[in-house]
Amino acid sequence: MGRAPAAGALPAYRRIMRDDDPRLPSSPGFWRSPLRGTWFTSVLGLVLLVGITVLFVTGLVSYAAYNPDLSPVNDQTPGKGILGFYLFSWPTDPHWLYRFTQGLHVTLGITLIPVLLAKLWSVVPRLFALPPARSLAHALERISLLLLVGGGLFEFTTGVLNVQLDYVFPGSFYPLHFYGAWVFFAAFVAHAVLKVPTALRAVRRRQDERDGREQGGRERDGREQGGRERDGREQGGRELGGRELGGRERDGRGQGGREQGGLVTPRPVAPTVSRRGALWFVGGASLLLLATTVGQSIGGALRRTALLAPHGGTDPGAGPNGFQINKTAAYAGIDPRETGAQAWRLVVTGRGGTVRLSRDQLLRMPLHSSALPIACVEGWSTADQWWRGVRLRDLAALVGHDGDPPDLFVESLQRHGAFRRAALRANQVADPRSLLALYVNGEDLSPDHGYPARIIVPAAPGVLNTKWVARLTFGDL
Amino acid sequence: MRLRPPLGSPFQILLLACSFALAGYAGARLFADDWRGVALWLVGAALLHDLVLLPLYALADRALVRGLGSAGRREWTMYVRVPAALSALLLLVWFPLISGMVDQRYRSATGLSADGFLARWLLITAVLFGGSALLLAIRLSPPTRMRERGRLRRATKRRPPPVH
Repeated sequence: MGRAPAAGALPAYRRIMRDDDPRLPSSPGFWRSPLRGTWFTSVLGLVLLVGITVLFVTGLVSYAAYNPDLSPVNDQTPGKGILGFYLFSWPTDPHWLYRFTQGLHVTLGITLIPVLLAKLWSVVPRLFALPPARSLAHALERISLLLLVGGGLFEFTTGVLNVQLDYVFPGSFYPLHFYGAWVFFAAFVAHAVLKVPTALRAVRRRQDERDGREQGGRERDGREQGGRERDGREQGGRELGGRELGGRERDGRGQGGREQGGLVTPRPVAPTVSRRGALWFVGGASLLLLATTVGQSIGGALRRTALLAPHGGTDPGAGPNGFQINKTAAYAGIDPRETGAQAWRLVVTGRGGTVRLSRDQLLRMPLHSSALPIACVEGWSTADQWWRGVRLRDLAALVGHDGDPPDLFVESLQRHGAFRRAALRANQVADPRSLLALYVNGEDLSPDHGYPARIIVPAAPGVLNTKWVARLTFGDL
Repeated sequence: MRLRPPLGSPFQILLLACSFALAGYAGARLFADDWRGVALWLVGAALLHDLVLLPLYALADRALVRGLGSAGRREWTMYVRVPAALSALLLLVWFPLISGMVDQRYRSATGLSADGFLARWLLITAVLFGGSALLLAIRLSPPTRMRERGRLRRATKRRPPPVH
């Protein structure tokens, strides 16, 4: 210090040293994998663009399937405001609708985890890039990226934990996952708008070059050389990407590999795998997760292939009641004394008054059958089971709602659980397949499947198929 | 002369402002109950991934490549990396079930046994490493001439046909 002539130059020199010191993650030379580059990130990003859009839509669909605007008991997020703008009456056709949308949501989410991790890995040098912001727009983008990465990991983590019944997150799953999804999606849309053009250009350009190279008949054998070639191509690809390059140039640092916005390393180690091979690796990981999960949503013999999924492997017991259970009678706090023939009475109320029915009286009413699945918000589902019981609309007619059944408020014997009370909409009540089921697959319901009586409605989420029903109240909600 | 910090693209600023408005609207509801806990999870997830998980697996991978490199077996890297990463991924995703930390709730909620997950994960891991070892053995087992021919064939496929 104190040497006047050096004072002006020193800070700049220091900054260059700091930025270029390969021991610091802020230096592009710190990140040495030759895989990183615009093409690699673009391919992963485009997969996530499609995949996460499907996740978001199926998530919103699942929210609508609960009919949250019908009754407060169905609504885990009463403060949703305009976020429920799209809600609609959940249909009963096709009867496997929720089974499909929610199976897709959960299975796809799990399948995309390797892609998400690979994408985050591919852009991690950007996290440490200096200066922290080159402009106001860039500063805002980086804040938005915190919402994107934090929000994305939050959504995947809460989802993965919830399907494993590991309720360690701070609050109820429904509001966390629903509001979290909107926070994440807000950042996701902005990111997509900003980056998709670059990604598409990178992918197209790579395709053009491959075609060109194949015509030229150049060889791809020498690995070392291949790596260098690819880096060269990345530079070319990025020049089209304008925005990043512009920023760097203003910095006066744009040199060689540095122009890649920190994605292509200036000091690549010799590759151990090609970019294409790395993508196959990521795809294979997704495939492994898919293969060990999807069976829990397809059911039948394939359930055994879901080796690690919560409702994969075996069914609980054999026989007519040996299919997947959401919550057992013991878990729900059902006292066997309450469900016995002497104690249990179904209380049905409507505009015509109230009737109390024993199980024997119910059995003397006209019984109907329908083949319907159980489909859980956790993504697993059963094949169609053969239910037999009294039609909900017949019960409505019994208490003065003949011909035009209204909404229905269902209460269970359950002591706790968010859905011990649930509301069904008129269209669900009116469907001839909607039953107060007394039998399944030709036998009495087991305690775990809701003995003495349970609701079963086509296409409804599992928790709305209330078990251990105690009271039905018909009327507009 | 000091330059004022540039604004950057006005379109980008507008877009991000819209994004923040929506995120703020949803975020106010997300943070309504336990804002500390949610903030911890949201920011913690990003930090844990970027500053712990990623460096850990990157270091493990670098150690693997260096280790095999110093043994002169750098080309074996993928045969170790792939099964190890796949096994670790399955453990990461299904950790609550595999570790048995939700045993009781799982058993009482689903009526299923919670015992099989660790064993199944170990079996899958064994199959992954076993399969990888088998592939490597196949690659190594035939005498060098076979491999050379294979390599030659692969190389010639991409070469333009020789002039006859």
